[in-house]
Amino acid sequence: MTSILTIAGLTVAEAVRRRIVWVLTGLTVLSVALTTWGVERLVSLARSGGTTDLEIYVGVSQILILVAFMFSFVLAMTAAFLGAPAIASDLETGVAHAIVARPIRRADLVIGRWLGLAVVVVLYAAASGLLEVAAVRLVSGYAPPQPLVAIGFLSAQAVVLLTLSLLLSTRLPAIAAGAICVVAFGLGWMAGVFAGIGRFFDAGPLVAAAEASRWLLPSDGLWRGAIYGLEPPAVVLVAVGRGGPAAEANPFFATAPPPFEFLVWSLLWIAIVLALAIVSFARRDL
Amino acid sequence: MIIETESLAKRYGRTDALVDLTMRVEPGEVFGFLGPNGAGKTTAVKLFLGLARPTRGGGTVLGAPLGDRAARRRIGYLPELFRYQPWLRAREVLELHGRLIGGGVDRSRKAIDRVLEDVGLGHRAADLVGGFSKGMQQRLGLAVALLGAPALVVLDEPTSALDPVGRADVRAIIRRARDAGTTVFLNSHLLTEVERVCDRVAIVDRGRVLAEGRLDDLLGAAAVRIRATDVPSDAMAALERFGRVAASDDGWLTISGIASSEIPDAVATIVAAGGRILAVDPGRATLEDRYFELIGGHGEGHAARGAR
Repeated sequence: MTSILTIAGLTVAEAVRRRIVWVLTGLTVLSVALTTWGVERLVSLARSGGTTDLEIYVGVSQILILVAFMFSFVLAMTAAFLGAPAIASDLETGVAHAIVARPIRRADLVIGRWLGLAVVVVLYAAASGLLEVAAVRLVSGYAPPQPLVAIGFLSAQAVVLLTLSLLLSTRLPAIAAGAICVVAFGLGWMAGVFAGIGRFFDAGPLVAAAEASRWLLPSDGLWRGAIYGLEPPAVVLVAVGRGGPAAEANPFFATAPPPFEFLVWSLLWIAIVLALAIVSFARRDL
Repeated sequence: MIIETESLAKRYGRTDALVDLTMRVEPGEVFGFLGPNGAGKTTAVKLFLGLARPTRGGGTVLGAPLGDRAARRRIGYLPELFRYQPWLRAREVLELHGRLIGGGVDRSRKAIDRVLEDVGLGHRAADLVGGFSKGMQQRLGLAVALLGAPALVVLDEPTSALDPVGRADVRAIIRRARDAGTTVFLNSHLLTEVERVCDRVAIVDRGRVLAEGRLDDLLGAAAVRIRATDVPSDAMAALERFGRVAASDDGWLTISGIASSEIPDAVATIVAAGGRILAVDPGRATLEDRYFELIGGHGEGHAARGAR
């Protein structure tokens, strides 16, 4: 356990010292400033044109979901590119050889790396998410119903991609591992869109294939959970009233939170992929 | 026995990195593992430390099976190719390894600075490793390997990036470690390094041990190298009575098996015959001779054959 915490601490220190954290913080502040300025301008224009508060709130809630999508993308990329070199680069530089030759289990290195990076990613998600929500509330008066739920789902999505990239990092060069994760993330998101459209047109095989891929890589399912946390209940009610399936096809909309089984599966998925990373690293010759 | 292996073999895909390694390293000695690039030296070290698993055979290190976790607590290791975290300070690298070793390793600033002092990095303890030259990285690697007074230190090409002063420093460090009771396993392709510091040597090539023993036994009788010009052929014949004579293209004569007391006589024989002496090098090149005799002089020729 001590070795795991030592490696995790080293990983967090690396993110801070190599200015990864500071670059992310700077970019987040910039993004929040720009998006808040945009929201403030739109709200001012709408108010001067006589738009009601309810209409403004609905509009801001949808902008916030789009901003969240941008954050989800940035978070996913950050997670993929933090995880991809975590083991691969250590092997290339020989750092891993020096560490694994110590009286530690190889699993300690993998779990420590994962834990450290997960802390960085989750803290980044929480800080940037809360900052965005607070800033938008300040200029528009609107706050999403469950911001913490949304941040939780965004964090879980990032951890999913982090775990996948760490698994790939035990066998592939960092660039290949990162690229595969980005493609998988994109395909997962598209599968979610296809599942929605397929359901609208009642296309059974398409829905089945898209649903299967959603379970294979739960990132898109978790993104839907984040949207649900940001969606005002009134909008959900109106959308469901007008026809749920059509709303389902919209990748920036969710009428219901992900089912409980899916949440359990997502946690299980992370555990399984992390276990695979441990076995993969333990079995390879260094 | 510190290290003992029996028919140890390792295959990477279609390449035999190690074919049949049977060897013993005794407590308190400096053991030189000598061979050309690609001979299987680094593979052997990786098997000792559990970084790779043998295809066949087995062995023990510090009395435990190869790669045993508890045994690794008492082993210091300097990898062949490495670059420590560039964003850490030298002192922090040692603190990190101290934590990973665990147990009773003294991680106080004083203890860590002492180890850095020992390898000549005392004045750079607070500097970032990213700014270190290759030679300084190698010194830091030595400090990491020596941390916690291990029973066995495995050094894989510890002087490859060092200048002559650095190499002399490393030899002194190795001797100090031996005097403190540490067994040193030294992987090297540098004959002079091995010759100057090792008690026993194994010469390895293409994954097999070709010869193993005390340096004196391995080298056989003493030898002298004489650089001379204008040596008539009858003088060459006269030199045969001192030992086996071999002449190389660059003007060096090697007389193997000569008693050191006879070296002045051999020199006098050449001078008397009209030869001109340019240099006399007693017993220096014998390991090199033995080495080339054993590996057949093909050293660099197969270096690309899956060196790991």
